[in-house]
Amino acid sequence: MNNLLIAPIILPLLTGMVLIVFQKNIMLQRILSLVALLATIVTSVLLMNQIRDGGIQTLQLGGWEAPYGISLVGDMFSALLLLATSIVSVGCLVYAFSSIGRRQEKLYFYPLFLFLITGVNGSFLTGDLFNLYVCFEVFLVASYVLITVGGAKRQLRESLKYIFTNIIASAFFLIGVAYLYSITGTLNLADLSIRISEIGQDGLITTVAILFLIVFAMKAGLLLYFWLPGSYSVPPTAIAAIFAALLTKVGIYAIFRMFTLVFYHEPQITHLFIGILAAITMILGGLGASGYSDLRKILTYNVIISVGFIMAGLVSLTPAGITGSIYYLIHDILIKAIVFLIGGTIVHLTGTSDLKNISGLIRLHPQLGWMFFIAALSMVGIPPLSGFLGKVFTTQGVFEAGYYWLGIIGLAASLLILYSMIKLFMNAFWGETILSVEEEKGTTKGLLFPIALLTVASVALGVGAEAITGYVAQAAEELLNPNLYIQAVFE
Amino acid sequence: MKPNDVILKSVTRVAAVIISTFSIYLFMNGHHHPGGGFIGGLSTASAIVLLYLSFGIEKVRENIRVDFKKLAAIGVLIALVTGMAGVVFGKPFLSQAFGYYDLPIFGNTELASALIFDTGVALAVIGTAVNIILSISEDR
Amino acid sequence: METLMVILVGILVSIGTYLILSKQLLRIVLGVSIVGHAVNLLIITSGGLKTGSAPLLGEKAAGFADALPQALVLTAIVINFAVTAVVLVLCYRSYQSFGTDDMEQLRGNEHE
Repeated sequence: MNNLLIAPIILPLLTGMVLIVFQKNIMLQRILSLVALLATIVTSVLLMNQIRDGGIQTLQLGGWEAPYGISLVGDMFSALLLLATSIVSVGCLVYAFSSIGRRQEKLYFYPLFLFLITGVNGSFLTGDLFNLYVCFEVFLVASYVLITVGGAKRQLRESLKYIFTNIIASAFFLIGVAYLYSITGTLNLADLSIRISEIGQDGLITTVAILFLIVFAMKAGLLLYFWLPGSYSVPPTAIAAIFAALLTKVGIYAIFRMFTLVFYHEPQITHLFIGILAAITMILGGLGASGYSDLRKILTYNVIISVGFIMAGLVSLTPAGITGSIYYLIHDILIKAIVFLIGGTIVHLTGTSDLKNISGLIRLHPQLGWMFFIAALSMVGIPPLSGFLGKVFTTQGVFEAGYYWLGIIGLAASLLILYSMIKLFMNAFWGETILSVEEEKGTTKGLLFPIALLTVASVALGVGAEAITGYVAQAAEELLNPNLYIQAVFE
Repeated sequence: MKPNDVILKSVTRVAAVIISTFSIYLFMNGHHHPGGGFIGGLSTASAIVLLYLSFGIEKVRENIRVDFKKLAAIGVLIALVTGMAGVVFGKPFLSQAFGYYDLPIFGNTELASALIFDTGVALAVIGTAVNIILSISEDR
Repeated sequence: METLMVILVGILVSIGTYLILSKQLLRIVLGVSIVGHAVNLLIITSGGLKTGSAPLLGEKAAGFADALPQALVLTAIVINFAVTAVVLVLCYRSYQSFGTDDMEQLRGNEHE
């Protein structure tokens, strides 16, 4: 029993509720939400150290024992993601302070933002399939409202599509839950894992596994990403950044959890299928990223490529591959927030997202340009930046497992990332400066600090990778050995 | 044209009271029998919505001066804080406690911390349900 | 009885799919919520349909119904209710600002 596990869920939720009561006081809202998220960072670091020393931590809510009650389980994988989530959310929150506008701040922006974090943290920590659904819905409902913040016409239009897609995916999620419950009679993930290994993963269960894969692929943007470019390019920058950083990652987390803990018996069917999906995702995402000349579109397609790449590590099911995926996942959470914040800042400065009308920004905004350059190199995987280790380990794992085609496609996709990011950099930052300071639509006042914060975090992740090696290795070991998880829940 | 809603209004006057009473019964019944904070709160909300329907939003708002958004938030806060109480005593989150006490009038009564939690749930449900109806019906 | 329920779920899902595929926003909302109800029925069926009293200590009955699917359905219904409310408000807002509820006219990809 470890009550610290509830803290990453309860802190943002409690603060959000308090903020609804004090809706009018903007200063209080800013301070409290910042304090809550900083406290979440502290708790996730504490949690990481406890997990390192004492193995996987569990909490049975209300003292009801494992298969009957609600379990929260924190393993190293969840704790690392929690830490990355809270760092990114602090960055986006600080960015929102000076960009979101007073009117939105009074219209419950901060409570909604905190509920989004609540749902994401809850999904990382829950040890129960149905609670995973509930946490998904918590952050989805928050995102339904956040995506329309500002109420512009195209936001309404895209949000409708986003919402309908997600509702249907959620319906499929529940169908999967119902099937799994009628087959196994339990929804606790550890208990599910035991029962499925007892009765064997027959065709029926594999079918249900594919159903879950479809659901989470829809959320993660694995092949079923048709909704993603539209809906991630409409909301205000801070919100788009947090969406790009976190929402697809929760889907990825769910795929990792389900296919390492529960449905791991038939990798030649399920994992190969994921591999094919990942390969197609990388190819299509790469084509999208290199084909468009719209800044926001390029960035959203880069989100899609990275989803495919992270999945490749899972497909390999080797220690190296999983380690690489975890590195890349953490790196990607940070880096996607950075590039979306920078992209949003560029749009804010120039008033357009069409690369043809943006040029030479580096003369007036050198910090922005170089931070983007660091982020771009990091995405491609240039050492010693944070993307490097993830790329190396994932590729190594994929080749070890014999999926040469997947590894090659992954490397080719990296080239397309390089191409698209350099295209963006050259177009937006180099060339003739066409806008003078007076002509710019906005200022970068207050916007650079959060970006710099996240860039420092990302560079630190790359340069100081030695410090988290132990944590990542433990996370990979726990993912590859479901018995550790099961024992922790039923201790 | 003013709609003729004499029947609705007269029925509502009686029915709202009955529904509210029944919702309190459901709420208190919930500890050992079917019922509880959720369903109690929902039936209270239905009484309030009935009032809104028959007397109009403005008139009810004058008489029930409650911000339902804040009510819902306070409800969730109560529920969460009750859950946190377990943490203070070193028990898991959401642990509950109960005991038997001799109270005047009621005699030997069972008091449970789950009741406070349920009150929070009820407030949250009332707040949310009424709020949803209000926000759909607003701005014609 | 379970078979009948499953057939009913199938019928509801097909009705929902038909409505979701239409162009009008309101029909899509209805379709989505019908699919939601079908899923709720499926969850109830997943625990097996039995006769028995409520699974509470006070009831001294011979058989108890499976409580878990009912708890799940209750939660799912509430979430469905909340989401439907959000969607309805959003549809109304978009109808106001676009003056149409035709999804065909809400495509808007031609200049992006």
